[in-house]
Amino acid sequence: MSNTSITEIVNKNLQTRYKKEARFRRYGQLSIFIAVTFLFIFFTSIILKGYSAFYQAEIFLKIELQQEFIDPDNTNDLEEIRYGDFDGIINESLYSLFPEITKRSDKRELRDLMSSGASIKIQQLVLEDLSLIGKTINIWLPLDDEVDMLIKGNIDVNLPEQSRRISDLQISSIETLQTQGLIKNKFNKTLFVSGDSRESEQAGILGALVGSALMLTITFLIAFPLGVSAAIYLEEFAPKNRFIDFIEVNINNLAAVPSIIYGLLGLAVFINYAGMPRSAPLVGGLVLALMTFPVIIIAARASLQSVPPSIRDAALGVGASKMQSIFDHILPLALPGILTGSIIGMARALGESAPLIMIGMVAFVVDIPTSPLDSSAALPVQVYLWADSPERGFVEKTSAAIMVLLMFLLLMNSLAIWLRNKYEIKW
Amino acid sequence: MVIDMINDDFKTLGNTETSNKVVMSVKNCNVFYGDNQALNDINIEVGRSEVLALIGPSGCGKSTFLRCLNRLNDTIDSCRVSGKIHLEEEDIYSGEIDVVMLRARVGMVFQKPNPFPKSIYDNVAYGPKIHGITTSKEELDELVEVSLEKAGLLDEVKDRLHTPGTALSGGQQQRLCIARAIAIKPDIILMDEPCSALDPIATEKIENLINELKENYAIVMVTHSMSQAARVSQRAAYFHLGNLIEVNDTEKIFNDPEHELTKNYISGRTG
Repeated sequence: MSNTSITEIVNKNLQTRYKKEARFRRYGQLSIFIAVTFLFIFFTSIILKGYSAFYQAEIFLKIELQQEFIDPDNTNDLEEIRYGDFDGIINESLYSLFPEITKRSDKRELRDLMSSGASIKIQQLVLEDLSLIGKTINIWLPLDDEVDMLIKGNIDVNLPEQSRRISDLQISSIETLQTQGLIKNKFNKTLFVSGDSRESEQAGILGALVGSALMLTITFLIAFPLGVSAAIYLEEFAPKNRFIDFIEVNINNLAAVPSIIYGLLGLAVFINYAGMPRSAPLVGGLVLALMTFPVIIIAARASLQSVPPSIRDAALGVGASKMQSIFDHILPLALPGILTGSIIGMARALGESAPLIMIGMVAFVVDIPTSPLDSSAALPVQVYLWADSPERGFVEKTSAAIMVLLMFLLLMNSLAIWLRNKYEIKW
Repeated sequence: MVIDMINDDFKTLGNTETSNKVVMSVKNCNVFYGDNQALNDINIEVGRSEVLALIGPSGCGKSTFLRCLNRLNDTIDSCRVSGKIHLEEEDIYSGEIDVVMLRARVGMVFQKPNPFPKSIYDNVAYGPKIHGITTSKEELDELVEVSLEKAGLLDEVKDRLHTPGTALSGGQQQRLCIARAIAIKPDIILMDEPCSALDPIATEKIENLINELKENYAIVMVTHSMSQAARVSQRAAYFHLGNLIEVNDTEKIFNDPEHELTKNYISGRTG
């Protein structure tokens, strides 16, 4: 074949080859575009729905802390004061703003504007400082979630009165208060400092956040050392035989087992057999550790394998024992990869709700857990619980909880990237 | 392929004995990878103050043989070694000498420079540290300095002992690896094609270094370069497909080989 014909043949092919390449590149761009679009839609919808949960309508009231409401018998006993009529005090203050409302039923509608959290707030103040009794204080107090929704524009005022959960009288009084500047949107601190509540304006994420943090700590403390030791043994010490092959296959299978099965296992073993408490972060952490364990083994083995054999030879060559070569040289080099893999495994565990539901972490828990044995909620389950709640106020709370969960995940993944970059050895 | 060519009753030509003090002697050494025989009945002695060059075409078992001498083949599960290899009086495969102890007495330098991703100082100090050779920090500092000096690297790195060893050039890295090997004061140094990844200038430096080192150590070196073998070695061993064909003084091997295969290889017709 002459040279010219080869040139012709190559030239003919060249066009198709480049076309193929261009087409492949476009497929890639298209897939990235689709992924980014969905991500964008997802984040926008969550943020748009949820950002309003970070503030909350409050009312500015002048409260007279009258003795006859709080401690009529002047006992000065905290137990007596605890049961004082703080609602009454707030109601008096509210009525005084609307002297024209006198009917019992109308007064009641007015009372319903307040959140039940308002009287608790006053009660706390008084219990902390008894000298306040008899004085008058000016204070911002939370409004009911229906009022909050109305102010955030989530309630259609054009609907007939019977179809709304808020009456005409209530709407007009709110408008009056707003023009007087007595109602304002304040930063919703409650969301970050309290536990769950049936009242959406009093519901907070802290309980779930602490629960998740406790769980992940336990998961890490158990799964990381176990997973890394297992990986080191399998990679460096285990004999190559059928039994070890069998174990390897099963570890890979274990990593693919649906999480709810781990939940059932936890229920049967940790709760029913070992008698551990239900809804506790300890059990949750154990279950998630079981789930994360195979993932860590796989990640750790992969990074151990990627350590160049020349380093192994070098260490053995100067007379290091196997143990020394592993712990002085191979493990430090594999560690960034192990950590990244483990944190990604942990992030998956953080977002897991199915196994937690099986071990009772779906319970309604108001208190913030102080130990891994306390009943607790967890972030993903909190999202599930709030999404399931009928009150309008929980819609935005759900999105807010998702945002907190995503922030937590983002933080963990950033940590993984940071660790990888910090400890990665450049060759 | 290897197994087909191995001939059970093959007899090595030339002189397998060294005229110097014997450091290592290999008797009837056979190596198998699974069912494949990689080395057939190797007999050879390694003497003090000499460089023994192992030459031969790729895949002939030179590196395998080298790695038998410090039992680095142990890390390969399917590898089996039979026969007797003595380091001075002790049989290294019979358990008379512990494998860690063996590797402390038999240093090794690899084909690709493989410093630990640690500082220059730590690279050299690692061996002495794990063996507890030195008792004080000052002693260790001195040992590190002496080793780097012997490896001809000290002048180039003495201002930056605590910078990563991996940041050095290829030739410097290889000399660092030599410093690391001699820091544990071995009896014998194994070198597996120590210059194949280096440029001619770095190669020359290493060759000069080998010349100096051989005064105090026995050196066994695998090389693919005929001229290098001729330049640095006193004795040469020609391997062919798992057989040790011929061992002789380097001069004799290159000028007047006894075996036809050696002759072909030296003159460039095989390999």
